[in-house]
Amino acid sequence: MTDAHGEDRPERDSVDFLAHDDGDHVAVAVRDVEPGPAMVAWLSSPERRSVRVTEAVPFGHKVALADLAEGATVVEYGVAVAVATAAVPAGSLVHTHNVRSTKWQHSS
Amino acid sequence: MAAQQLTGFRRADGRVGIRNHVVALPVDDLSNAAVEAIAALVPGVIALPHAYGRLQFGEDLELTFRTLIGTGANPNVAGVVVVGIEPNWTSRVVEGIAVTGKPVVGLSIERHGDLATIAAGARHAARLMQDASELQREPVERSDIMVSIKCGESDTTSGLGANPTVSEVVDRHVAAGGTVLFGETTELTGGEHLIAARCVDDDVRARFQGFFDDYFAQVEASGADLLGSQPTQGNIAGGLSTIEEKALGNISKTGSVPVVDALAPAQAPTRRGLNFMDSSSAAAEFITLVAAAGAVLHLFPTGQGNIIGHPIEPVIKLTANPVTVSTMSEHVDVDVSGLLQLDYPLAEAGDRLMAMVDRTICGRLTAAEAIGHREFVITKLYRSA
Repeated sequence: MTDAHGEDRPERDSVDFLAHDDGDHVAVAVRDVEPGPAMVAWLSSPERRSVRVTEAVPFGHKVALADLAEGATVVEYGVAVAVATAAVPAGSLVHTHNVRSTKWQHSS
Repeated sequence: MAAQQLTGFRRADGRVGIRNHVVALPVDDLSNAAVEAIAALVPGVIALPHAYGRLQFGEDLELTFRTLIGTGANPNVAGVVVVGIEPNWTSRVVEGIAVTGKPVVGLSIERHGDLATIAAGARHAARLMQDASELQREPVERSDIMVSIKCGESDTTSGLGANPTVSEVVDRHVAAGGTVLFGETTELTGGEHLIAARCVDDDVRARFQGFFDDYFAQVEASGADLLGSQPTQGNIAGGLSTIEEKALGNISKTGSVPVVDALAPAQAPTRRGLNFMDSSSAAAEFITLVAAAGAVLHLFPTGQGNIIGHPIEPVIKLTANPVTVSTMSEHVDVDVSGLLQLDYPLAEAGDRLMAMVDRTICGRLTAAEAIGHREFVITKLYRSA
């Protein structure tokens, strides 16, 4: 990768996503992330892992770390936070278009 | 690092304030013009106009009285001029505040008119300002300070950075013997079991669960789609997808200490430690309720950039969102955006917030105080008669 000064720098030299808990299905982008390999770090452990991102994930939005079937429970913070309303392949953007609350019964 | 000696104003009832305000407090909407005129005539006096106080009844009326009396009684307040349209409810507010032993006078407008009331109120307010100016700060303990916490315009950076930073301070403040208030009943949805599990005994747990179940049932009974309200449009734009995800971030600011009590709205705590208060998540309503319960300093983590302040309870705002830091710096007291790149450990972010807490206790103006944010909003439970 070449930076704005035209100099080579190591690819993915810092963290792209942060995940809260070891078993979480999603991680949060800490910068705008383009499709391609990206680095995930965990707040709960020193683990780092690469994930292949398949679509742009804006800063603050979430990426799926695992394949989620339609109807699957989505775990973040180690707790169920949503249900998938469509199949969500690993590496794709997770937001209101493909997950919903299991608590607000009238929510779309 | 040597701890700074904290200073504050110890009031007649023994409680400690960190500000020394004189307020002009209306009992009702009709009296707003008079209190604002008094504040205009006497520089430094803070008027607290609000929308209610007429034809309320039952629990809703009691909450309004508790809010008005608690606001006047708050230890950040040195003296109060109360103005109401008629004498009976005015006297009730005056007598409630007078229990604290602080100077308070009441004026009713009926049979006098606005102008005579304003003249008399301004004379009282000027004397209260002079008397307050002689009160000195004195050394106080951390255990004397009642802190409240609530986040706003949260996004995913809140749960990753700003809220866990508040959590650090909550644990330290409670370990020092202090009291912390949290609430936001609907915003625990999906994580309410985590709070219930932290309640100190079955009695507190049952009261907490009762507050939660009642609020949840009320929301669901409305039949409304809350997506866009809770979570808000700002929350969603910031990446939060569901109320549960927002709730887990919300809970991540409450520390690891037990929940010692579950309080009604604006009810003053009697137990040291972390207290839950049944309350809305709307920022101005929430801070008005906790200030009425006696909180003197608020910690407000934000993601997308909530700009809330309060007339008598200073609000410290912190964020881990670098875009908010760069675009809204006049609203941000503490920048912890380095947490997102793991630039420093959470404990260090906690140190930074703790240092700002101490400076604010000792008199440093918060960003919201400096630019004059003074939101004061009474929680209305149902329609007036």
